[in-house]
Amino acid sequence: MTITPELITQHQLSVAEYDKIVSLLGREPSYTELGVFSVMWSEHCSYKSSRIHLKKLPVTGKYVVQGPGENAGIIGIGGGWVVAFKIESHNHPSYIEPFQGAATGVGGILRDIFTMGARPIAVLDSLRFGPPVNSPHAARNQRIVEGVVSGISHYGNCFGVPTVGGECVFEECYSANPLVNVFALGICKENEVFYARASGLGNPVIYVGAKTGRDGIHGASMASAEFTEESKQKRPNVQVGDPFLEKLLLEACIEAMKTGAIVAIQDMGAAGLTSSTCEMGSRGGVGIDIDLDLVPQREPGMTAYEMLLSESQERMLIVAEKGREEEVFRVFRKWGLDAVTIGVVTEDGNMRVRHLGEIKVEIPNPALADEAPKYDRPHNVKPFRKAPMQPPFALPVSADFNADLLRLVSSPDLCSKRWIWEQFDYTVRTNTIVGPGSDAAVVRVKETDQSIAMSLDGNGRYCYLDPREGAKLAVAECCRNLATTGAIPVAATNNLNFGNPERPEIMAQLVEAIEGIAEACTFFDAPITGGNVSLYNETLGEGIYPTPVLGIVGLMQTAVPAPVQFRSERAVVVLLGGIGESDEIRFGSSQYAKVILNELWGLPPLLDMAKEKRVHDCIREAIAAGVVESAHDLSDGGLAVTLSECCTSEIGAVVALGPSDNAAMTLFHEAPSRILVTTFDAVKLFEIAARHNVECPMIGVTIKGWLQIGDGDSMWIDTPVNDLKQSFENALPGLVSQVVHA
Amino acid sequence: MKVGVIVFPGSNCDHDAWYAVNRNLHAAPGECSAEYIWHDSSTLNGVDAVVLPGGFSYGDYLRCGAIARFSPVMSSVREFAAAGGLVLGICNGFQILVEAGLLPGALLRNEHLKFICKQVALRTETVDSPFTATMRKGEIIHVPVAHGDGRYFADEATLDELEREDRVAFRYLENPNGSVRDIAGILNRERNVLGMMPHPERACDPLMGSVEGLGVFQSILSSVSALSLNAK
Repeated sequence: MTITPELITQHQLSVAEYDKIVSLLGREPSYTELGVFSVMWSEHCSYKSSRIHLKKLPVTGKYVVQGPGENAGIIGIGGGWVVAFKIESHNHPSYIEPFQGAATGVGGILRDIFTMGARPIAVLDSLRFGPPVNSPHAARNQRIVEGVVSGISHYGNCFGVPTVGGECVFEECYSANPLVNVFALGICKENEVFYARASGLGNPVIYVGAKTGRDGIHGASMASAEFTEESKQKRPNVQVGDPFLEKLLLEACIEAMKTGAIVAIQDMGAAGLTSSTCEMGSRGGVGIDIDLDLVPQREPGMTAYEMLLSESQERMLIVAEKGREEEVFRVFRKWGLDAVTIGVVTEDGNMRVRHLGEIKVEIPNPALADEAPKYDRPHNVKPFRKAPMQPPFALPVSADFNADLLRLVSSPDLCSKRWIWEQFDYTVRTNTIVGPGSDAAVVRVKETDQSIAMSLDGNGRYCYLDPREGAKLAVAECCRNLATTGAIPVAATNNLNFGNPERPEIMAQLVEAIEGIAEACTFFDAPITGGNVSLYNETLGEGIYPTPVLGIVGLMQTAVPAPVQFRSERAVVVLLGGIGESDEIRFGSSQYAKVILNELWGLPPLLDMAKEKRVHDCIREAIAAGVVESAHDLSDGGLAVTLSECCTSEIGAVVALGPSDNAAMTLFHEAPSRILVTTFDAVKLFEIAARHNVECPMIGVTIKGWLQIGDGDSMWIDTPVNDLKQSFENALPGLVSQVVHA
Repeated sequence: MKVGVIVFPGSNCDHDAWYAVNRNLHAAPGECSAEYIWHDSSTLNGVDAVVLPGGFSYGDYLRCGAIARFSPVMSSVREFAAAGGLVLGICNGFQILVEAGLLPGALLRNEHLKFICKQVALRTETVDSPFTATMRKGEIIHVPVAHGDGRYFADEATLDELEREDRVAFRYLENPNGSVRDIAGILNRERNVLGMMPHPERACDPLMGSVEGLGVFQSILSSVSALSLNAK
């Protein structure tokens, strides 16, 4: 087939990129080779717009065993054990086909973990949807929520990994661009980690797992373009997942790894057979020669192009030691899976693909894996934002803070997400010490005395107003969540969800956010060991809020941490970090502004990282000293919402905050670096706080049945805790279950 | 006591049951252990009790448990049960026992059509069984459920018979799935086979927030010990 300019455009390659291909090959590519280049050089696989900026991230630290560049990052947790973890997005497929899009998102990240030899023990997910009500797309948004949640549930539950936490936020900008970011973490012995570096001339290349079909062809390229009205036509590009097969693949791979016959292994994720072949070859500095006639196929008549670009799920590529193939085959036979030698490691550094007796592809591996174009896209403009700096009107004085609080705790972002997480098995594998609905999730590692705490956070509103500060706030919040359970942050992964990088004002958002993450992750000693970039989250020219999602992993001695909720009456309520500061400009990014005033303006809350870190050190020491009855960090919704979340159906609190000329701001501003603690040993807690130079005002005491907040003279909020719980718990089912299913 | 945990392709609570018996039961040294039995095994290796664990055996294709019942190991399990051996089916294990005809009734899609994972309260309805012998009648235990197809169903005559013969082992205090008569677990007529949707093996460790599932395993241990004493 002749390569025409139309064909090049269809493959989302620019003329300059095509010229580079010709010069790397020293000839025109074949049609199949053009397809191979188009996926490997897609934004999704090559990070061509973000690579030069990702270099700014800190990637080393005392716990880091493997930084970015492998299938997942690895950190040591002591006792001869390591954990592998990473976050990945499946945003575009989840819009086109929510159930399968989300399901295969889970499947993909799980394979990234177990391809390194680590058994997955936890999944968390960060979700963004359009509003389920009060949106022109409400009905569709509800269907997407329903589909995504069922998809995650279907895949994770069947695979047998607990989904232990996450977050979920609703904004109009995600109506046509929902975000599905899935974080997974697995454990492995230090000396049993596997890497995706092919080596050993003459070693066999073995294909294992599901058969190759025509699904998911060009999935990676689809994820690298804006959506248009025609995008729904791309439904066949979404892969179909089979969690049962993935479970078998997990068990078979881990068993096969124990034979010692495996040299290297990589999953076939985005760009399937193509990426696994050229990346393993490139990392090992060798060539790989494969014959597609030997690939297990779901249907006859597939072309080389289709097989190379298929993103059929639940497949792996293994390089084994020559002469020991049978040991690998035996394990896969036991698990009823295909395992076939389809190629061999060569010395010439080329990816060579044969089909029906012809050589269809012959490309130097580095050309595909490492020589992809790198762009320093223009970004010397102000990051895109349309919101005003000043409040659009004089802020009204609320007539009824009780009503405001009830509206806030039952709003989509702040209400209980129980309806979502009860559909996920969060207790399987009996490691879950703290499951969903808390600040951070905690799973124990049975083989050691250590537990892993994990938190995901991202705030699109904050980042839209100031990408750099918003990104730093996300890092700070994750670390605060970990500290609140007593854990020390040790490493991080990030998922950068942005719009079209070819627009300078969007690129500026990305650059600012990356630099913010770099600064904060360096400050909090949480190096980035890998992650994912998802660009072109735009539909019909409308972009999402810049949404970097951080996943931070912490370590702690195995123990049951203090709960988020109040435990008993007459405990002293203390606000570690103090009442905090805000002003009319910074109040514009709050949930109060969003839910009650229906506006967005100004700036995100002001972060003082040094103070933030002192608060973390202080709470960890207080927990270790045994003086903490309950602890919950303040975030969206501010103090009043946090107090509500701490109430049980029986125990509330009476809180006196001192005089304020702006009660709404005092109650609902979102200044960071604050943790609500209850204690029966306030003296000891004050002493610890003083040593850390952390403000620690006593603000109240827990009581039975009511939440009362005032300035000491008059009550601003006075409500039965039962009303708060009802509003908090009953909101989401009512919001998302209005669609009648045909 | 030697407990055999059957591993089907797709079992995913096999390790949890193994861990509960081996690590959480705190029996005297050497008094009890668990081992895995692969689904195509033709023997049960002389175990004293069998656990069919939770999970998605064979992907739960066709119907939950419908393919697993044909697994080679199931004929050994059937013989073992017929000879009076103790068989505990948890979650997917319960579904398999029902499909295999070792227990009556069926497990349907949850009434609300969604997977549900939560801690539930169960009332122990009978202590006249080797699985509940060390518990108190009426004892309330808190254990998790995690299933999409856990709605127990049987015809009225069967339900009446189950109740008449005191074969309802556990009932939900708050029914999470629409099970008829709040049934969470049932016994066979000979009382040596128990199927239950909730997961007692996930409530055996203080770190998991409840140790109230331990009673089931302690009962099995004491019943097996009593049996072997009688045999001697």
